[in-house]
Amino acid sequence: MEYEVVIGLEVHAELLTKSKIFCGCTTEFGGEPNTHCCPVCLGLPGTLPVLNKKAVEYAIKAGLALNCEISQFSKMDRKNYFYPDLPKAYQISQYDLPLCKNGYLEIETKEGRKKIGIIRVHLEEDAGKLIHMEGEDGSLVDYNRAGVPLIEIVSAPDINSPEEARLYLTTLKSILEYTEVSDCKMQEGSLRCDANISVREKGSDKFGTKVEIKNMNSFKAVQRALEYEAKRQIKILMEGGKIEQETRRWDESKGITVSMRSKEEAHDYRYFPEPDVVPIVVNDEWLHDIKLGLPEMPDQKKRRFIEQYDLPEYDAGVLTSSKALANFFEECVRQYNNPKTVSNWVMGEVLRILKEKDMEVEEIPFTPSHLAELLTLIDNGTISITMGKQVFSEMFESGDNPKKIVEEKGLAQISDQSELEKIINKVLEENQQSVIDYKNGKDRAFGFLVGQTMKATKGKANPQMVNRILKEKLSK
Amino acid sequence: MLYELTAKEIKALIEKKEVSAKEVVESYFQRIEEVENKVEAYLTLCREEAFKKAEEIDEKVKRGENLGELAGVPVAIKDNMCTEGIRTTCASRILEDFIPPYDATVVERLKRADAIIIGKTNMDEFAMGSSTENSAFKKTRNPWDLETVPGGSSGGSAASVSAGEACMALGSDTGGSIRQPASLCGIVGLKPTYGLVSRYGLVAFASSLDQIGPMTKDVSDCALMLNVIAGKDERDMTSVLFDKPDYTSFLGMSIKGVRIGIPKEFYKEGIEEGVKQRIMEALKTLEDLGAKIEEISLSYADYALATYYIIAPAEASSNLARYDGIRYGYLTENYTDLRELYMKTRSEGFGREVKRRIMLGTYVLSSGYYDAYYKKALKVRTLIKKDFDKAFGKVDLIVTPTSPTVAFKIGEKAEDPLKMYLADIFTVPVNIAGVPAISIPCGFSDGLPVGLQIIGKPLDEPNILKVSYAYEQASGYYRLKPNI
Repeated sequence: MEYEVVIGLEVHAELLTKSKIFCGCTTEFGGEPNTHCCPVCLGLPGTLPVLNKKAVEYAIKAGLALNCEISQFSKMDRKNYFYPDLPKAYQISQYDLPLCKNGYLEIETKEGRKKIGIIRVHLEEDAGKLIHMEGEDGSLVDYNRAGVPLIEIVSAPDINSPEEARLYLTTLKSILEYTEVSDCKMQEGSLRCDANISVREKGSDKFGTKVEIKNMNSFKAVQRALEYEAKRQIKILMEGGKIEQETRRWDESKGITVSMRSKEEAHDYRYFPEPDVVPIVVNDEWLHDIKLGLPEMPDQKKRRFIEQYDLPEYDAGVLTSSKALANFFEECVRQYNNPKTVSNWVMGEVLRILKEKDMEVEEIPFTPSHLAELLTLIDNGTISITMGKQVFSEMFESGDNPKKIVEEKGLAQISDQSELEKIINKVLEENQQSVIDYKNGKDRAFGFLVGQTMKATKGKANPQMVNRILKEKLSK
Repeated sequence: MLYELTAKEIKALIEKKEVSAKEVVESYFQRIEEVENKVEAYLTLCREEAFKKAEEIDEKVKRGENLGELAGVPVAIKDNMCTEGIRTTCASRILEDFIPPYDATVVERLKRADAIIIGKTNMDEFAMGSSTENSAFKKTRNPWDLETVPGGSSGGSAASVSAGEACMALGSDTGGSIRQPASLCGIVGLKPTYGLVSRYGLVAFASSLDQIGPMTKDVSDCALMLNVIAGKDERDMTSVLFDKPDYTSFLGMSIKGVRIGIPKEFYKEGIEEGVKQRIMEALKTLEDLGAKIEEISLSYADYALATYYIIAPAEASSNLARYDGIRYGYLTENYTDLRELYMKTRSEGFGREVKRRIMLGTYVLSSGYYDAYYKKALKVRTLIKKDFDKAFGKVDLIVTPTSPTVAFKIGEKAEDPLKMYLADIFTVPVNIAGVPAISIPCGFSDGLPVGLQIIGKPLDEPNILKVSYAYEQASGYYRLKPNI
């Protein structure tokens, strides 16, 4: 029997607002524990939440970028549960009237583009963080994160493989980054993902029993956890067993999922409308303003790159896969007007070294104008392409500008006609046999003579000029 | 004696330099020394802070600076409103040692108006009760008869004003907690329109019903205090933006032609005969003053109490969940894990009535019960609001007794929650609808004060105050003080 995997993802993304969702405290990551707090985000008796309008705006932006309907009327609700990282013992979230709903995003699979539905995008507050001290009794709590605005993005169960789940996440991340509502750093916890997964007989229209997976800390972990879980569930079904509805935790080091709690142990969150926060009313005018402020989305940018820079679709796709990379490219083209050359360098050298060094685009130690400068040096013959690549590696190491590197290392090409002629004359004198070989039709001898010239100049001779001068002299 | 004066009188004397703020504070603390051991209105006295503030005001007077609207007036604050640096307990073990790092907006506004905070008053734990017997610390007594309760939950505030231990006080009212004790102690108590006064710094009981209001010796002081505390606050999203009038400017206006409705549903059974008689007399007085009295109907009012005992506990169960011993407040001594820490801290820290309401509220919000209880209660709430809207299409104000009885004996209803809940039968619908209402003294029954409740349209405090003042001046009951 053949099985089909059905996956739905719940993604939490922290919004990039300067202050928290219900008070004026900073949302900055890090900071000494419990220094980004006030009576409101600590939930002290008598304090009241005041909704940050920017957070609503950012959530709407995300909703628009994800093709959602924006609710004209929505409200906040309380989700009640006890945990030490939750200062009020309830999270202010949204229950039955989310801010955004019924959207989708498109992923590029091997079989082509596929639409994944977005059921809802809602606004809520983050909790603090428990710190478990190694070898110590008890735990500490840091409330710096408590009250940082989050959106929860719930996908439809339209994802049919762990690979698609990864594609969904990278696409979603790119969209949120583009919209500038979240920086989506999984390692800092500004993007988090839980998954619901079930399996069913292929062709069936009924869903299997779903299992929720938590604690996946990277896109790779999501894919691995789902691969493991799909296999686990299929094996149970093939052996005639039954899937338990439960929540399981991904154990990264062991590469397995383990049961956390069963359906019976699930919380009853006792949601009810938050009486301290008035309903959110989004009028046409506000929505219009937000739409106007929406930046270019990946697809739009890709189309523009193809048109404006005359790039192949493939190039445009790669360059716009991340907003930072696209910006790097455009900044460089602004100062070096040969888009295809820049594209070749960015897709080739830049991405290669980033991958080697496991770095992000944001971490490139030099500016796009440095790359433009390097390409100009190659064009005007100051250095050869080969040397250019050497200088480029050096730029990645030191962050120095290319001119400085070329000067300091004495890498400038010899392009002086008379100097080159002198050197070539000497090479010809010392290699009489090769000259004879060449004249007898042995083409290889020409390459040897070029090589000798380069050797004599420690590789600094301008190769085009060497070629030309040698040919002139040998044809005499 | 200075402690017998109203806020308006005290301020005038200080402005004219006839008395100093210090003398006023001295007089009040002397009075407290005389009667507090009988009344037990306070949980915390702020003697040092009060004298310091008095000194500041006297300095201001000396320098000829402008004085705040309540300059030198000693004010008592119910102990569920946060006061920076001063213990705020909600009369609960769980907050016994809680010292807030900030002032409630109302406290801030009082301080800015040069009022002098002299103490924090006793109350039913977390404002849950109608007799102040649910305090974890002490039982406050009614100054008119020390064997009876002062009402609740703002019983300490009511008793302090009635006994001359404070010139005015702040109370909070979720289902009658300002008006019922005001009625039982023979003072004026106003529950403003929901949203008129900021709740920032008021320790929440039921957020959609809670409202802070003045408890004063007469109507004129009530208007004066409302002037200071009312108005939009950016820290409370539910506080309303409106053109704030000078509430004292309506006092003394004629009430000729004011239409007053008598809801027939409120005058059925369960009202003490003496109370009924005083209310009828009061209606006669109002008629004599030119008001038009007519019968109206509030058909859903019968369901108000049931609705209240679903909505209020539901919100309370969530509002009180934060008291878990982790960040502040009472923490149990011995525990082995988180679950036990929570269970023991909350079992030991909360009193019986609070626990009863937390359980009730948790139940009505639970999945499977939500629709049958909470959701239905919200629907009835809408119907009750519509009832009031309809009634206010016909009349300007609605008059009822504040409480069906006068002050009852201490311990009389303490063991019977249902009986106790009935004490708020006339006050609760007002909170459900979010409209304003006042209780003013309208005579005595068996030697104990009776209160008249006047209910108005949203934001129509001016009309309430106008009619209250006219009645007060005509009847003169407010001048009578308990002999203590």
